[in-house]
Amino acid sequence: MLKDEDRIFTNLYGWMDSGLAGAKKRGDWQNTAKLLKLGHDEIVERIKASGLRGRGGAGFPTGLKWSFMPKEVGARPHYLVVNADESEPGTCKDRDIIRHEPHKLLEGCLVAGFAMRAHAAYIYIRGEFVNEARRLQAAIDEAYDAGLLGNNAAKSGWKFDIYLHRGAGAYICGEETALIESLEGKKGQPRLKPPFPAGAGLYGCPTTVNNVESIAVTPTILRRGADWFSGLGKENNTGTKLFCISGHVNRPCNVEEEMGIPLRELIEKHAGGVRGGWDNLLAVIPGGSSTPLMPQSVCNTMTMDFDALKEAGTGLGTAGVIVMDKSTDVVKAIARLSYFYKHESCGQCTPCREGTGWMWRMMERLVRGDAEIHEIETLEQVTRQVEGHTICALGDAAAWPIQGLIKHFRPEIERRITAHRTAVAVEAAE
Amino acid sequence: MSIDARIADDQPDSFAFTRENEAEAKRIIAKYPKGRQASAVMPLLDLAQRQHDNWIPMKAIEMIAAKLDMAEIRVLEVATFYTMFNLKPVGTYFLQACTTTPCWLRGSDNMMRCIKDRYGISSGETSECGRFTLLEVECLGACVNAPILQVNDDFYEDLDYASTGALLDSLEAGSPLPVGSVTGRSGSEADGGATTLQELKPAE
Repeated sequence: MLKDEDRIFTNLYGWMDSGLAGAKKRGDWQNTAKLLKLGHDEIVERIKASGLRGRGGAGFPTGLKWSFMPKEVGARPHYLVVNADESEPGTCKDRDIIRHEPHKLLEGCLVAGFAMRAHAAYIYIRGEFVNEARRLQAAIDEAYDAGLLGNNAAKSGWKFDIYLHRGAGAYICGEETALIESLEGKKGQPRLKPPFPAGAGLYGCPTTVNNVESIAVTPTILRRGADWFSGLGKENNTGTKLFCISGHVNRPCNVEEEMGIPLRELIEKHAGGVRGGWDNLLAVIPGGSSTPLMPQSVCNTMTMDFDALKEAGTGLGTAGVIVMDKSTDVVKAIARLSYFYKHESCGQCTPCREGTGWMWRMMERLVRGDAEIHEIETLEQVTRQVEGHTICALGDAAAWPIQGLIKHFRPEIERRITAHRTAVAVEAAE
Repeated sequence: MSIDARIADDQPDSFAFTRENEAEAKRIIAKYPKGRQASAVMPLLDLAQRQHDNWIPMKAIEMIAAKLDMAEIRVLEVATFYTMFNLKPVGTYFLQACTTTPCWLRGSDNMMRCIKDRYGISSGETSECGRFTLLEVECLGACVNAPILQVNDDFYEDLDYASTGALLDSLEAGSPLPVGSVTGRSGSEADGGATTLQELKPAE
């Protein structure tokens, strides 16, 4: 188990002061100017060396992403945009950073913003996090008052401003180009890429969009060294990670652990085990609702990192671990996710707009067993028609949970269809 | 009859920001670069909603469009795209119940049933007394404290049938329970004690 001294988010649970005084005691904002003296490119190199991969779901190397920003600032200013639109079902880690460790995020914005030669960051926070936004705004105000932000941020000689922008209820705005559209005052509908945001993002300017957790860990990585971070976890899956363990466990919780921790250890050590014991486990969705579920047989030996989960046909995603015990109606659990994606489709691409509704209605029929056996195959085919045929990954995200269900629980779906047919026949005979 | 069921039929004749909100609107617009004032459309819609009993009248849409130099249809488009903007009245207590899978696995059905038993309302309906509006919403992002009921701005967490009832009692009495977990968890730590960071926990 990860030692407390290697944990980055020591105030994860909000037991201590989340304000500036408390944050400084935990090491935030200490000699920030010295970190910036490393220079723009050296910071990027060190983050690359740490092996940090984006914590928002896709797992793209953070340092590499930063390096895509132009090396010279031309007529167009550079922007850092922080994605705090945390909405992936099963995920609630950024909320804790925002409300209990806001200064780690703010200092991270300065460090990351400086590295990519930006003088401004916009933090886009989901609208429902009203109280969290108030906390974060209070922390921003505190940082300005203390000279940590503004014309000479943290006495570094670098001008840096942070603005908080609240969303208003749209999962799609977690997609980086939809977020940019929304920030520009439009409907959150994803843009075609290319151009990528590093070329033309917010207001047509070079922009990098990063997840809250990715940004909040960077000052600690620079202070303790890239070697320290890359020494934790596994090769290509380094460092610590916030895990959210929800669903049918005895004690759901958020916890910071080492990347690559065995799933069973994560659940049993930190979340009090599966309700009714490990043998009562039906399936786990490992990385937020978009990642395909794994039946117990796969869970037994699974480790929680990008590569191992990818190899098993699923993903680490946001590390939102949703646990389902044997009492779960697994078809209904996935059908509810299908409804989620139908509700959240922005309506721009036909395969997603029409497909998410179609897949949800089909899933509802499968919940009741009111279908023909061959329709399982039809549904599987439709998910393949949606996947990869849309501008953004929401179509994929809607398809994957259903594919996972069919792959691992086809006998259960068939059982329902047979049972339903029998019930109808009996009714007709009476 | 309105052209859109989401938009109230009865509309006020005018809308203007209060002097205080007018100043706040100026501060908001200043966050964005010159010429990019359209970025302020969501914060201003939110401001209007907060000033106007938690719903946005069409006159506010027109006013915001004029203020930000946007076409009215663009503002309306934003107001209808995002679920948090109410374009018709809601009760004093706007109950937004999360029923997405993580909340559902932890018994969000019981929370919904409690509200239905008490007020006879389903998603999208307002109680007869007019004080409670229920809306089923998608993932609220607090899944390890599921199920969640958002009451206006505040999250109530770890609810079951009985504690949902106790929460509604407290709202009816006009003295809402403390915001957060109803089982006494301070945050997202495991119920009964966190498994990490214990050494750093200040003595009580």
